[in-house]
Amino acid sequence: MNLENVLLVSAVIFGIGLFGVLTRRNVIVVLMSIELMFNAVNLAAIAFARFTVPYSLAGGPVSVTSDAVRQVLTGQAFAVFVIGVAAAEVTLGLALAMAIFRRRETVEVTDLTTARG
Amino acid sequence: MGAHDLWLLSPQLAMAALACTALVVDLATGRSKLVLWLSLIGLVIPAALSIALWAANPADTLVFFGAASVDRFSLFFTLLFTGVAAAVIVSAEKYASRFQEQRGEFVGLILASTTGMMLLASANELITIYVSLELTALPVAALLAFLREDRSAEAGMKFLILSGVSSALLLYGLVFIFGFTGTTRLDEIFARIGDLQASGGFDSTVPFGSYGLLLGIALAISGFAFKLAAAPFQMWVPDAYEGGPTPVVAFLSVASKAAGFAVVLRILYSAFGSPELAVEWSALFAVLAVVTMTLGNLMALPQKNVKRLLGYSTISQAGFMLIGLAAVSANTSAGSLVAGPQSVVFYLAGYAFTNLAVFLGVIAITNRTNDNTIAGFAGMGRRAPVTALLLAIGLISLLGLPPTVGFMSKIFVFNAAVNSGLAWLALAGVLNSVISAYYYLRVIRAMYMEAPTSDERITLDPSLGVATGIAAFGAVLFGVAPWFLLRAAEIAVRSLSGVAGS
Repeated sequence: MNLENVLLVSAVIFGIGLFGVLTRRNVIVVLMSIELMFNAVNLAAIAFARFTVPYSLAGGPVSVTSDAVRQVLTGQAFAVFVIGVAAAEVTLGLALAMAIFRRRETVEVTDLTTARG
Repeated sequence: MGAHDLWLLSPQLAMAALACTALVVDLATGRSKLVLWLSLIGLVIPAALSIALWAANPADTLVFFGAASVDRFSLFFTLLFTGVAAAVIVSAEKYASRFQEQRGEFVGLILASTTGMMLLASANELITIYVSLELTALPVAALLAFLREDRSAEAGMKFLILSGVSSALLLYGLVFIFGFTGTTRLDEIFARIGDLQASGGFDSTVPFGSYGLLLGIALAISGFAFKLAAAPFQMWVPDAYEGGPTPVVAFLSVASKAAGFAVVLRILYSAFGSPELAVEWSALFAVLAVVTMTLGNLMALPQKNVKRLLGYSTISQAGFMLIGLAAVSANTSAGSLVAGPQSVVFYLAGYAFTNLAVFLGVIAITNRTNDNTIAGFAGMGRRAPVTALLLAIGLISLLGLPPTVGFMSKIFVFNAAVNSGLAWLALAGVLNSVISAYYYLRVIRAMYMEAPTSDERITLDPSLGVATGIAAFGAVLFGVAPWFLLRAAEIAVRSLSGVAGS
């Protein structure tokens, strides 16, 4: 278990999410794919916080303990904020999907073509 | 942390309180007219606080352990956003008859999004930047879906999905920057990159000195491109503009774009302002500028719908502003480092007046005709002489002809580009201005040269007329006498740490 492995997993998850967004036609699945991308980011943030040698330990001019602790906590706080905001985003996405479904009886992206130049 | 922090952050806090008040008053009284005028008067509070802070100019600008920096740069944008929000709320008064029941929510969401933009302009830390960015984007997605039409819900959905994808890319970039430097504060990132450069930790054969930073910055910039309506994330613009309510679209094209440029300027200069890195991202923005301008212009040529046309126009305008971002430090004489960002800030302020004049004019006309096609504007010079004149002033300013602010903005941006050794970029900008004449003049020609479809006069609503008049007046005033605005932009830009320091 080291940083490279975790980042690789994170990159794979991010790629799967991006691929899903680009290829899937159902809005709900697209929203799920976006969620996957956010979670890949969370994984990377926590891995960076956990595995990178804190700057202070590498000889930087900041006191060792407080800075190391702060770096670990910053990475985790990052993930917590992302989780919170992603939840809000998905809620809004589902609400819009409901609004569209009520009107059209479909949530396929390929049917969302009313706006055309 | 204490009273000083609260005083610094007071414009943002006042705006957040105003958003909540609008929602509560709407819920309690149900009188949407009251909410509308209450929030318009309430907008004076954050504006007054910003002016007071600008005048006080406190030495310590960092708020909440460095999470935000309320300097004159952020105050400049705070004032700009407050003004735009006021104009959008005024323009929604009549337009909002199409969503009668939710008028209070409409105002509340606009104010919530404005709060996000004000925070974004002052954010000095990666997590704060991300959270404020979402606070600006999510209310807009809801607002775009406000009309009870298929196209409107579709516009909201497309905006939300692309906003989600772009913020995931942005976040991935921010996490890499955090992982590489071990901190999320912009000033600390700057310091650590400096330490790494001094200790030989940078590989000069790799762009940005290391693959970690390269990936981080490239992903973050492509994520921000969504906010700027620039390549490679410009494809949501036309659909969202065509489907969404016009006041929201005006808000999106003026305030949201300004917020995006504000945060990008701050990140670039405060965190990645070292000369070695500046050369790299300058080249990146030069390419993005050319692609964005050309793409926006060429796609605008065949458009028949005015709102869609303005969507492509906003893309090409973002391209012109990107020229100002690219114009840095190739010649590091003392003046040229200020000129680039200064021209961007000036452009954004001028663009706010210009584009508001255009959008408010379009709203004034389409409120009556309910026809967004260019053909629907035929003969407006006779049917609605005042509105057509104000709209034409806005369009001429977008095109960049004297004596409007659009002309001055382009002069300053091109001048900054030439002074930093990017003459080819300025040339590409001039060529694009010429192309854009075709579609801007087409609307003016329809209004003045073509026969009207009916003889019914279209009177200008007083409050909307005043707002449009102020916007058009500003577009001309700052074109004739740009010095005041130019000086304010310079003071604002000099308060950014990366600009003043070098």
